[in-house]
Amino acid sequence: MSIKVVRTKAEFEGTITEETALVEGTDLRPWAADEGLTIVGKRQTRVDGVARVTGRARYTQDVYLPGMLHVRVLRSPYPRARVRRVDASRALALAGVRGVLHRFNAPKAAFRGEETIFRDEVRFVGDEVAAIAADSEEIAADAIRLIDVDYEVLPFVPDLEEAMRDDATRLDEKGNVTESGRLDRGDTKRAFAGASAVVEATYRTSTQLHNSLETHGAVARWDGDELTVWESTQHVFGVREGLRAALKIPYSDIRVLCDYMGGGFGSKGGAGKYSIIAALFARQLGSPVRCVLTRDEENLAAGNRSATYQTVKIAARGKKISAIEHLSWSNAGQGRWVADPTGPTNGLYDIPNLRTRSYKVVTSLGALASFRAPGYVEGTFALDQAIDELADRIGEDPLALRRRHMGLRSDPVTGLRYSLKRLEACYDVGEKEIGWQHRRPEGTRGSAPHRRRGYGMASQLWGGSGLPPAYATIHLNPDGTAVLRCGTQDIGTGTRTVLAQLAAEELGLTVADIRVELGDTNSQYAPISAGSLTVASVGPAVRLAAKDARMQLLAAASGLLEVGPSELRIERGVVISKGQRTPIAEILGQIQNFTVIGKGSRFPNPEGVSLKTFGAHFAQVEVDTRTGEVFVEHVVAVHDIGRVINPLTAASQVEGGVIQGLGFVLSEERIVDRPTGRVVNGNLEGYKVPTIRDVPKITVRFIDDPDTKANNIGAKGLGEPPIIPLPAAIANAVANAIGVRVRTAPITRQRVLDALSLQ
Amino acid sequence: MGAVPKAPQFIGPGAVDVAFEVNGGGVSVHVPPHRTLLDTLRESLGLTGAKRVCDEGTCGACTVLVDGEPVYSCMTLAIACAGRAVETVEGLSKENELHPVQAAFIEHDAFQCGFCTPGQIMSCVALLRHNASPTSEDVLRAVSGNLCRCGAYPNIVAAALSAAKKVRR
Repeated sequence: MSIKVVRTKAEFEGTITEETALVEGTDLRPWAADEGLTIVGKRQTRVDGVARVTGRARYTQDVYLPGMLHVRVLRSPYPRARVRRVDASRALALAGVRGVLHRFNAPKAAFRGEETIFRDEVRFVGDEVAAIAADSEEIAADAIRLIDVDYEVLPFVPDLEEAMRDDATRLDEKGNVTESGRLDRGDTKRAFAGASAVVEATYRTSTQLHNSLETHGAVARWDGDELTVWESTQHVFGVREGLRAALKIPYSDIRVLCDYMGGGFGSKGGAGKYSIIAALFARQLGSPVRCVLTRDEENLAAGNRSATYQTVKIAARGKKISAIEHLSWSNAGQGRWVADPTGPTNGLYDIPNLRTRSYKVVTSLGALASFRAPGYVEGTFALDQAIDELADRIGEDPLALRRRHMGLRSDPVTGLRYSLKRLEACYDVGEKEIGWQHRRPEGTRGSAPHRRRGYGMASQLWGGSGLPPAYATIHLNPDGTAVLRCGTQDIGTGTRTVLAQLAAEELGLTVADIRVELGDTNSQYAPISAGSLTVASVGPAVRLAAKDARMQLLAAASGLLEVGPSELRIERGVVISKGQRTPIAEILGQIQNFTVIGKGSRFPNPEGVSLKTFGAHFAQVEVDTRTGEVFVEHVVAVHDIGRVINPLTAASQVEGGVIQGLGFVLSEERIVDRPTGRVVNGNLEGYKVPTIRDVPKITVRFIDDPDTKANNIGAKGLGEPPIIPLPAAIANAVANAIGVRVRTAPITRQRVLDALSLQ
Repeated sequence: MGAVPKAPQFIGPGAVDVAFEVNGGGVSVHVPPHRTLLDTLRESLGLTGAKRVCDEGTCGACTVLVDGEPVYSCMTLAIACAGRAVETVEGLSKENELHPVQAAFIEHDAFQCGFCTPGQIMSCVALLRHNASPTSEDVLRAVSGNLCRCGAYPNIVAAALSAAKKVRR
């Protein structure tokens, strides 16, 4: 087959990137909406279900190797300090301690633009100061307490809004605040001057902690020059790259494995300092080394969703929105980037005059990491509340106001036509399912005299088109079973299952015939499992690999059965020709020494169209006006993501997004002690993730209209969309219920009561 | 969660031998008195189904049964289990036949990443042993000490209720 180089633009978490990829052969015609598929689009329980319910699934945390040493990390107790001296002699004297690493003895190891993993100036409480490897975790934990460190404590800034002030301590030579995004459209000055109504408000969102149940961690083992690393990661190839950069060893000497992983939500995008520490110790000490973070460490040094401070000024002329100005500041901590909360404002609604600015603010806290729809959750919280505030001001139904700005034809940012935008259908379905006609502008009585009921909704914009490069292979075994290999990961989304469905559909096998092997850098490249891009990136390559295998199988069958290949087809593992049925195993059995290997690659996205996902969430809540408690009664989540490959796992994904969004808007808030810069609730007791009792009735609906312009399977991503509109929908419902708006997330009882008392 | 078993009489300070039953078979381990049941299961016995998530009794991912009662194994000392019967997720399926709760978790897609799943399943198994006709309120109470960050909660309730039906039959 012919190989060609393709260059293509693709979107990753709101940013357009230029990708170069190799593709083989030609792409397949996309499956039509009425293609008559029998496996794709049907409910399929997870292919790895048995492993996960029996405890057999092996996560990184479960990798115990003979002779393995355990690492614990000493972390800075100060938010900013110079490490002047480290004395580990007392620690090294402890029985069972095998080694120590710190800034004065560790080999150079590049990490995210810095030359070493142990900084001379530590910059947040939790920054790595030293690490101990010992025979057991207990000994290592005891030993780090015996390390004597001399710190020179430096001035610090523990808070976003403090860091924004002109008189704040400068943490960066360029200042604490830098612009990270801007867009201007039309003439906002003129539009505000000529407006019939203007609303201006400030919104705040808190720092959300990922709290993946499996903490970040790695196990490293050297066999001669070859390094094997087991890591809980969303990107085995990203980890490989991080290890190569840190250790200066060739790719061929590194293998990264991630068979099962216990959640990531964006935070596990590449090698961490723990991976490099494990690899350095393993090389130095000649034993396998495990470095797995504790829950507290996870919540100090493994990423978070930036807190934001946002102002929105929004104007109406008559019954339409004429202008929006959205300014946003994000707490990057010690991170080198921030997400863009103005993304939804720029692209979700068709607004003629727009001015948006996004700023990165550095503080003396741990770096942010992508967290499920970074920026878009925070931005939609502000944008979609501002729209409701304007609707209230002009006496308009908030849904009706949004319908005037759906912009169904083209993307306002690029001007390109959408491949498909079914936002209106999302509104129609959600409006009906929630019973929007019961909404009154002033809210309604609740189920008790002190309870008020309200309805709210918000819209969702996200990418999710997927991108090349992504590759897959399928090996057919002589007995008619197959092994699908791809370097992607299943982070809990059901990737293995969906890929097995796609392969089975195209190849003519059953799902049970296919074993899916993922999470191994010794197989073909696949992108990071993030940004809602796995299915739309990898799926089309898997379909091509299956088609390639099918064509080879048909060629073999044609020769053996002496029938033209065009007269043959494969169904459920059987080759059918003119009523004659021959099991694949019978055909492959005759050609034992030839292995059928199908290969597939992801072709570029189409030029000149905008590929996006859309949705809308509707919420019904009650608020207790005596206690301030918000009771979410019903959430309707409607999503337009192209073809739904597996309705079972897709619905789970949406429910999970809704529940995580409930945490963001009602209970989750990292609390930092300002005098000391310490996180005081870095655990699962003080940091409130939703429990099973916090879950309302959730109705999930998909438009399920294949996007045949997007790729050969017609599917787009679903990972992020279901968390994006939920917080704003809840905030709008709360405001509708009590007639006063809480503009800070999470909407805690205290904040509700404060808002009511100011009324 | 059921009551943590009473501490036995013998105590270290060095490592001591502790004999108990795990998934129907007798085991003996040599562990320091402060070693948790969770670490003993995972590190001494190779049973890694129970997970260490918070290590302080707030998340339920380490839930196992001791004499039929669900306990947080990170909050239970191994020595406190001497002479008792411990059940973990690895012991639930018999002769390749999944326990009804396990089968229902698959059928109802009651997990995503699966990290909390062994703990959720053990809590549900304990519930059904005490109460073969639970209401959804009973299920909520049984698993309210088991956190799931992926948000599989609605399906966990559905799975537990559906498993109860099978257990009754």
